[in-house]
Amino acid sequence: MNAYQDMTSPPNAQSNVPEFSVSDLAMSLKRTLEDTYGHVRVRGELSRVSIAASGHMYSSLKDDNAVIDAVCWKGVMSRLSIRPEEGLEVICTGRLSTFPKRSNYQLIIESMELAGEGALLKMLEDRKKKLAAEGLFDPARKKALPKIPQVIGVVTSPTGAVIRDILHRLSDRFPSHVILWPAMVQGQGADKQIVAGIEGLQNIEAHGLPRPDVIIVARGGGSLEDLMAFNEENVVRAAANCTIPLISAVGHETDTTLIDYAADLRAPTPTGAAEMAVPVRSELLSMVQDSGARLLGALTRRLEDKSASLRLQSKGLGDPTKLLDIKTQQLDRIAESLTYKVQSIISERQNKIVSVGGRLKNPKDLIQQKKMMVERWGDQLTAHRMRMFERPETRLAHAGKMLEAYSFQNVLKRGYTVVRGEDGQVLTQPESLSAGQNVALEFYGGKTRSAVISSGDAKIAPAPRKKEKPAKKKSASSQSKDTSQQSLF
Amino acid sequence: MTSAPKPIEDMTFEAALGELETIVRALETGQAPLEESISSYERGVALRKQCEEKLREAREKIEKITIDPNGAIKAEPLDAE
Repeated sequence: MNAYQDMTSPPNAQSNVPEFSVSDLAMSLKRTLEDTYGHVRVRGELSRVSIAASGHMYSSLKDDNAVIDAVCWKGVMSRLSIRPEEGLEVICTGRLSTFPKRSNYQLIIESMELAGEGALLKMLEDRKKKLAAEGLFDPARKKALPKIPQVIGVVTSPTGAVIRDILHRLSDRFPSHVILWPAMVQGQGADKQIVAGIEGLQNIEAHGLPRPDVIIVARGGGSLEDLMAFNEENVVRAAANCTIPLISAVGHETDTTLIDYAADLRAPTPTGAAEMAVPVRSELLSMVQDSGARLLGALTRRLEDKSASLRLQSKGLGDPTKLLDIKTQQLDRIAESLTYKVQSIISERQNKIVSVGGRLKNPKDLIQQKKMMVERWGDQLTAHRMRMFERPETRLAHAGKMLEAYSFQNVLKRGYTVVRGEDGQVLTQPESLSAGQNVALEFYGGKTRSAVISSGDAKIAPAPRKKEKPAKKKSASSQSKDTSQQSLF
Repeated sequence: MTSAPKPIEDMTFEAALGELETIVRALETGQAPLEESISSYERGVALRKQCEEKLREAREKIEKITIDPNGAIKAEPLDAE
């Protein structure tokens, strides 16, 4: 204080201002700070809470418009009645100090008590209620994610673990086409870049790029302040109005930002978002193959059922081949008898031909026959001619001989007798004889007369010889002699 | 099954798989006439092929958007880190 007054007292301020070294000023500031704020009570929300390996807690206290760094040494930490947590509204007692080396000032916390709901959280809660009242978080607005997105849009920082985690998980599950829209995810202007990403990806077709069918908006874990961009109204509205299904993946599982309510799906982590965005290809493949197998199985069963019932029905119907067999047999029989008939007609005709043909003499035979006839007639003609040329005497002698041979005298020679009546008639019948009748018997040697003793029982009796007469007719006498002979005995 | 069957080549994976599952269920319940069963089987086989095709088509491609000073948006391969 005194030093300052001394500095301003000289009339020529410019020249009389004493020159401080940085260290002097810094040390002076430190003293001033520690003297003036050696013991303060301050109400604020805990933010950026982090407990170092040393056991010290580094944090900050904030309200809507200001932030003061705070530190709580290990020894004090162990005595605290509450566990410092992000977003907690607390009242801290302590002192202010600064390092001359950096000239940052900080509140060294000596005790801490709860102060109720954090103002920032209250503000967010109020904003959330307002947006919900507008219907931005309505479940009816939620769009279903495509099963297999062709193109995945990602709005996040192009560097860091987040994009790497997303790409890695996508690649594991289902290699996809990813379009990254780089955006700052914290700090001044981050909200505008995120909005630009969400809107830009929806209109990307205008630039000749494929429109994503799912968008992931992601950021890694951080303090509530770090994540504040995702609580900004413009970002929440852009997410709610996005026509492409949107997955939010901001911070860790316990962090909830307002974009999570507006998104179609909230993923606990960026890796979780990748898992939600794409299915596991191998699972899908086996699902498809399973469906294919079931398809075949179902049809096969259908066909088997049908063919079984067909067999059953056709059993009732009777075997058509059997019917056919019967008819075939009938046909065979008819055909056979037809063949037989035809053959018998043919053979009948053949027989007829043979018999007619048999009667039809071979002209050669006929000629032969006629030739033989001619020869025979020729021979006879020759014989006749020979006879014609024989001498009449010879012929006469011959005829005489013949006559002699045939005369009844010759018959008498063999012992036969001619019986004649008294009138000289040849008697040939026994009835013409009567007892005591005189008959003339002519023998070969001569004639004698005789009488008939009895006519029934013929008995040869001597009879007076009658006049001997030669036989008048050869044929007649031989004939009569035969019959009389028979009757005599 | 479907009154106006869509050309299978134009179908998305989900649509093809969905119809395939519908066909499988219908066939398994066995209500449809046999001729219909056979034609839906044939369609099912084609759908399965389409699904497998879609799954096979998947290729990894990572692009990063760049916006040049005059506002033109381009995509370039993202360097794998």
